[in-house]
Amino acid sequence: MVGVSKTFPGVRALDKANLQLLAGEVHALMGENGAGKSTLIKVLTGALRRDEGEIRLDGQMVEIGTPGQARALGIGTVYQEVNLVATMSVTKNLTLGRQPTKFGMISWRSAREVAKKRLQRLNIDIDVERPLGAYSVAIQQLIAIARALEDDTRVLVLDEPTASLDAHETAMLFKIVRDLKSRGIAIVFITHFIDQVYQIADRISVLRNGRLVGTAPIGEMAPLKLISLMIGRELERTELRVAAEGPPTNAPVILQAEGLGRKLTMQPFDLTLRAGEVVGLSGLLGSGRTETAKLIFGAIKPDSGTLEIGGGTMTGHTPSRSIRAGVAFCPEDRKAEGAFGELSVRENIVMALQSKRGWLRLLSRSEQQKLADEMIKTLAISTPDAEKPVGQLSGGNQQKVLLARSLVSGPRVLILDEPTRGIDVGAHAEIVQLIRKLAGEGLALLVASSELDELVAVSDRVAVLRDRHKIGEISGADITRDNVIHMIAGTQS
Amino acid sequence: MTQTPMTTNTKQFSFLAAARALAAHKVVWPLAALAVIFFIDFLISPNFFSIRMVEGRLFGSVIDVFYRAVPTAMVALGMAVVIGTKGIDLSVGSIIAIVGAVITWRIHAGDPHLLILFWALGVGLLCGLWNGFLVAALDIQPIIATLILMVSGRGIGLMINLLYGGTNPSYTSALLQGLSTGHIAFIPTRLVVFLLVFVVLWALLRHTALGMFLESVGGNAKAAYLTGINARLITFSAYIICGLTAAAGGVILCADTHTSDPVSIGRNIELDAILAVVIGGGSLAGGRIYLGMTILGALVIQALTTSILSSGLPPEYNLVVEAIVVMGVLLLQSANFRNLALSVLARRKR
Repeated sequence: MVGVSKTFPGVRALDKANLQLLAGEVHALMGENGAGKSTLIKVLTGALRRDEGEIRLDGQMVEIGTPGQARALGIGTVYQEVNLVATMSVTKNLTLGRQPTKFGMISWRSAREVAKKRLQRLNIDIDVERPLGAYSVAIQQLIAIARALEDDTRVLVLDEPTASLDAHETAMLFKIVRDLKSRGIAIVFITHFIDQVYQIADRISVLRNGRLVGTAPIGEMAPLKLISLMIGRELERTELRVAAEGPPTNAPVILQAEGLGRKLTMQPFDLTLRAGEVVGLSGLLGSGRTETAKLIFGAIKPDSGTLEIGGGTMTGHTPSRSIRAGVAFCPEDRKAEGAFGELSVRENIVMALQSKRGWLRLLSRSEQQKLADEMIKTLAISTPDAEKPVGQLSGGNQQKVLLARSLVSGPRVLILDEPTRGIDVGAHAEIVQLIRKLAGEGLALLVASSELDELVAVSDRVAVLRDRHKIGEISGADITRDNVIHMIAGTQS
Repeated sequence: MTQTPMTTNTKQFSFLAAARALAAHKVVWPLAALAVIFFIDFLISPNFFSIRMVEGRLFGSVIDVFYRAVPTAMVALGMAVVIGTKGIDLSVGSIIAIVGAVITWRIHAGDPHLLILFWALGVGLLCGLWNGFLVAALDIQPIIATLILMVSGRGIGLMINLLYGGTNPSYTSALLQGLSTGHIAFIPTRLVVFLLVFVVLWALLRHTALGMFLESVGGNAKAAYLTGINARLITFSAYIICGLTAAAGGVILCADTHTSDPVSIGRNIELDAILAVVIGGGSLAGGRIYLGMTILGALVIQALTTSILSSGLPPEYNLVVEAIVVMGVLLLQSANFRNLALSVLARRKR
C-alpha cells in the first residue's frame, strides 16, 4: 500500500500511509488509538474506500472497492469483534453467504463437509453442528479465522485476536498463526499486547497520526523504541509499582461486603475498601472478577451476605441505589454496557450525575457543557467538541468518556472493570496515573483487571480469585507478579 | 483505476464542503420536499397560497394542509417518543377507535362534555399503561406487544357501541364541534390545541431529564440500567405518552365525524405516524427523538394527500405517489445514496 489517504469529516485518518507485507511473515501493525490502524485495515479489506494512493499485490495494481473484491484477491480479515452469529451452528457460520448448493437448494451435507475442511486447515476438530455460542471465545476466534481463510488466501488480517483470550488460548492461536505463516501467507497482526508482538512478529510497522513512522525487523526494534515511536515521546520507565507506600490502614472503611455472593455466579466473599485505597481484583479469565465487581455495584443481585456503604446497609441493591450511595462503575464491555453511541460526549458524561439527581432536576445546558469541557480537558479526551456522538470516538477515548461519567457523578467508591482493555500504551499509562491520583484524593477504588502488571503497579491490596472463589489477599510490599501468580496457581511461595 | 487530479481550488472545495454539510443536515430534505410539493401545487392552482377570511376564520389551501395534518401529527409525536426508545406502537389506530366509542357512549349517557375529554385521555392513559406493561414489565417485543391492542382495540370499540345498543351511533356536541371546526382568534382551534400539546411534550422532554433518559434507554438499555436509570419505568412512560397523544388525536378525528365508527376511524394512522417520524429523521434503531422534525414529516405526508386530491388525479394515485415521495426523501437522507449519486454525477461530467 503506497501513499494511502482517507479523510473523515474533521479528521484526516490516514495521511499518505504506506505498508509493505512480505509473503510468509507475521507483520505487527502498531499504533495508539486513533493512529489509523483500523482505517488502514479497512481500506486494505475493502470496507472503506481510500481517497488517494494505490494498493499493489505481487507488484500489480489492484482495485479493492468492496469486501467481496478483497476476498477474491485473497485478502482475508478477522475483525476485532467476532462478527459471527452465536445462535447459528458452526457449519452455518462457516458457509454463510457461500453455501454449496445442489439443484438450487442448499446442500447441508456438503456444507458440513466444507465446514470440516475449513477447520481441518487449522487442525481443529469440533462438532460443527453445535451452535457457535456453545464454544469458548478462543474457539470462536479460531472459527472466525477458519472462515476468513481460503485455499488461495495471500494476506490474513487479525485485528486484536487475543484481546479476550487467556495465556493458554493465546499460545494455541499463535501455534496456528505460525503454521499459516509457514504456508507463505502474510499475516497482519494488530494488538495492544507488546509482549505478544515480540513472541510472534517478524517485522513491525508503526503508525502515528495516520502516517507510517517506522518499519523494521523485530530484532531492530526494541520495546522501548517501539513505544516511543508509537506515542512520539520517550517513555520514562516509572510504571512499575506506582503504589509505593502500604495501604492506609487507619483510613475510614467506606465499603464493607460480608459473605456477599450469588449461587452459580460467585461464592460468598468478604471485602473491605478504605478511603484512599486501591484494591485490585486478580484472577484468570472466568475466575469471577467481573461478577465480584457487579455484585458490589448491584448490577448482579446478591442472594447472600450484606453490603455496607458509608456505614449504611444496602437493601434492594440496584445500580440506581448504588449510584445514589456514591458508588460508580465502569463496565468492561464498553460497547454493550457503557457507551450511548448515538448520544453526544456531553450527554454521555453527565448521564450518571443526571440519573442521580432524578428526572425532574435537569442539569442546565451550561452546567452540562461546563462539566463536559472540564472532563475533556482533565482526561485529555480527543474529540473536536463535546457534541460529537460517542460512537464515533476511538476505543480509548470512549473509555475515558465512561470514566468521566463515573467521576462526574461524585463517587466515594469507584469500581473499574478492565479500565485499560483495548487501550494503547499512552492512554494506558495515563489511566494508571489517574487511578493513583484519584486514590490520593481519598477515593476508594476497586480495579478488576486481567493484566497482572497493571494491578501490581496500582494496587495497595490485591484480592485474588480462582474459580469464582476469593482465595486470599496480598497487600503492601508483598504485591509482586510472582506472589499473585503463585496464589492463583495454588502453589505457596 | 482512474486518477483524480486535485485541481479544485480551496474556495470551491469549501463551498462543496458547505453544500455537503447542508445536504447531510437532517432538516433540509423534508423541508425541501414540502417546498417542492407546495410549489407544484402553486403551478396547478395559482391561488394555492392565498389565504382569506371566512366567518372569522382563516381559510386557504395551506391552512387546510395544516388543519388536516393535526391528527396524524399528534399521533406521530407520541410515536416519535416510543421509537426513540427503540420501540414501536402499532395500536394507536385502535386507541383512537376506543376513544371514539367511549366519547359517543359517555355523551349518550349524558355526561358533561368537558368531562368527556378526561374520559378520552383516561382511555389513552389506560391503553398506554397496557402497552407499557407488556413491553416494560413483561419484556415482550414492542411490535408484538402493541399488535395485541391493535387487533383487539377495534373489537373493544364495537363492544362499547353495543353497551347502549348503537350500531353506528352519532352525536352532537358543541364542545367537540368547536374542536373540529372552531377557531380561536382566526386560527383553527385544533391548531391551537396541537401547539399546546407540542409545547407540553417539549417541556416534558427537554426541560426535565426525561428526554435524555428516554434516548439513553433507546440507545443502550443495558448501559442506561448500569448508569442508574430505571429503564423499565422510562420505557413505561414512553408508551403512556404515546397512548395520551393518540387519544388526543382520536378526540379530534372523532369530533370531525360526530360518530363512533370503530371499524374505519384512524385506519392506517399508525403507518402514517411511523412514516412521519422516519421522514423527520428518526431511526427505528432508537436513541434519538426529534419532535419538531416529526411534525415536518406529518406535514409532508398531508401536503401530498391534499395535493393529489386537489390536482384532479384520481384518489387511487394517492398511495403510490406518497410512497414515491417518501422513498425520495429517505434516499436523500441516506449518506450512502448521496455519495453514490455524487460519484455518478462526477463520472458523467468527465
